[in-house]
Amino acid sequence: MLSYITRRLLISIPVLLGITFITFAVLSLTPGDPIRMMLATEKITPEVADTLTSYYGLDRPWYVQYGRYLGNLLRGDLGVSITSRTSIAESIAQRLPNTILLAMSSMLLALLIAVPVGIISATRRNSLVDYTALTAAMVGVSMPSYWLGLLLLLQFGLRWKLLPIWGIGHLSDGLWDFISHLILPSVTLGTGLAALLTRLTRASILEVLSQDFVRTARAKGLRERVVLYKHALRSALIPVITTAGLQLGYLLGGAVIVESIFSWPGLGRLTIQAIQKRDLPVIQTSTLIFAVAFVMVTLLVDVLYVFIDPRIRYD
Amino acid sequence: MTDRQPRVRAIEDDANDVRRISQRKRAIRAFFKNRLAVIGLLLLLGFVICAVFAEQIAPYDPLEMDFQSAYLKPGERGHVLGTDNFGRDILSRLIHGSRISLTVGLVVVTIAAALGSILGLLSGYYGGVVDTLVMRLVEVLASFPFLILAVAVMTVLGPSIYNVMLVLGIVNWPIYARLVRSQVLTLRETPFVEAARAIGGNNARIMFIHILPNCTSSLIVTAAMSMAGAILATAALGFLGLGVQPPTPEWGMMLNEGKDFLRRAPHMITIPGVAIMLVVLSLNFIGDGLRDALDPHMRV
Repeated sequence: MLSYITRRLLISIPVLLGITFITFAVLSLTPGDPIRMMLATEKITPEVADTLTSYYGLDRPWYVQYGRYLGNLLRGDLGVSITSRTSIAESIAQRLPNTILLAMSSMLLALLIAVPVGIISATRRNSLVDYTALTAAMVGVSMPSYWLGLLLLLQFGLRWKLLPIWGIGHLSDGLWDFISHLILPSVTLGTGLAALLTRLTRASILEVLSQDFVRTARAKGLRERVVLYKHALRSALIPVITTAGLQLGYLLGGAVIVESIFSWPGLGRLTIQAIQKRDLPVIQTSTLIFAVAFVMVTLLVDVLYVFIDPRIRYD
Repeated sequence: MTDRQPRVRAIEDDANDVRRISQRKRAIRAFFKNRLAVIGLLLLLGFVICAVFAEQIAPYDPLEMDFQSAYLKPGERGHVLGTDNFGRDILSRLIHGSRISLTVGLVVVTIAAALGSILGLLSGYYGGVVDTLVMRLVEVLASFPFLILAVAVMTVLGPSIYNVMLVLGIVNWPIYARLVRSQVLTLRETPFVEAARAIGGNNARIMFIHILPNCTSSLIVTAAMSMAGAILATAALGFLGLGVQPPTPEWGMMLNEGKDFLRRAPHMITIPGVAIMLVVLSLNFIGDGLRDALDPHMRV
């Protein structure tokens, strides 16, 4: 087990290196060197520009610049935002927990919908309930999340004034303040995932129900409920949990749009604001953080898999 | 006794059917038996007709502004789906927008499938260093949440419809590479490949003439699904203002423009959203139908 984790960690090193290389390339390939742009817009003399160019190493070959970038990353120096001139590491540290909170609550919501609906749908296969659930799931998968977000915002926020549409709530202002701010963004982000997981739960339960151990359980006279909940469900949920875990990375990505609709102070909104201001160091770093988070989550899911499913042995 | 005869005949007919009908015909028949797949196909056909004959179908010029008739609700003054903040006819913009969404979707899938299939073929067929290199690249690209990478690259390249196609094509190829590689790994050990090699077929011939056609059914299924994804992503980039630029009537950008008039003209966001959803839904239905018809083992 430990050797498996070590091996996985070692394998993720080249992947992480590749990620840093791509984020580095994104910045370097941008037409227009930032110092020259400053020269054009701000009052700095050509001498200052030259000093700055050599100070930031922009006159060195790209591999030297990449090495420098990697060195800075390893030391935890994520650079400084061009527009706000503040430390990027600091603003990410402030916002990342908010994005994780949003992703987690969306995931929870998706699972709370998908698992029960998937079970009902599978046990009453080809019934009206099943068809309704499947169609709803298909619609949910096909819907642009930001569109759903705008509709929810309009109906629940602007028309009915039931829920806040802006920002994040704080526990110090009471539990309802905290939860009510979470509802609309989580529903927006979680609906697509709920739809996907409903389809998966249904398919997975149907597959397990046709297996021999379920037939054995039925043959020895167990009630259908016991067969379903004690025998079938346990193995049917393994692929659901795995997919849910892997989708956590995509939730982080989806947060980019959802956060900007609801002004959620997370990493996604930071990225969008940086894009609007063309603040490249911030875009570069937040892309990097998203990718690293994604790799880490995938690794974690693979490792947890062993604990959930005792049939799997990696050694 | 009397009704036994027809039943026997029916069974015989079935048996003959199995013998006579080619695999392709059986797949087509299975596809058309699937009601949702047929609905999806008809829907998509409707959008294709809109895209091809946009000039003829659209009742108004999609770019013509008329401030006298801005914010009209659906049905008012002869505008079936209303007008936007510039008084442009929303139906006409939607019809012209279907051209962009479908074209981008098709081009993205073509780029991604071509690039992915070739790299997947090489990687699976030759193995070794080629395989390691390609698969590492796949892993790296797959580690970025799709939209984030697209957004980052679009920021660098600048917003334009060609860049949208290029970026989404590049971001999407790893799915195809993985798919083709996994199939090549099994196919290259099969007797027919050995036979092709025995009669002197060279590597390129074996890869492209013998192995690749055997991957088509799963490639088609994936193409339908990933075209749905590409259309959603195009709209998402448009919504963020990173895609096609105004005043081109692109659906995601129409949503972006509409979001500032949520209260005043909610139909400016509801309608383009429904259009996006219907196209994506139709492609997903078709994809599901194709998967069940072509490749029963691929069921999710």
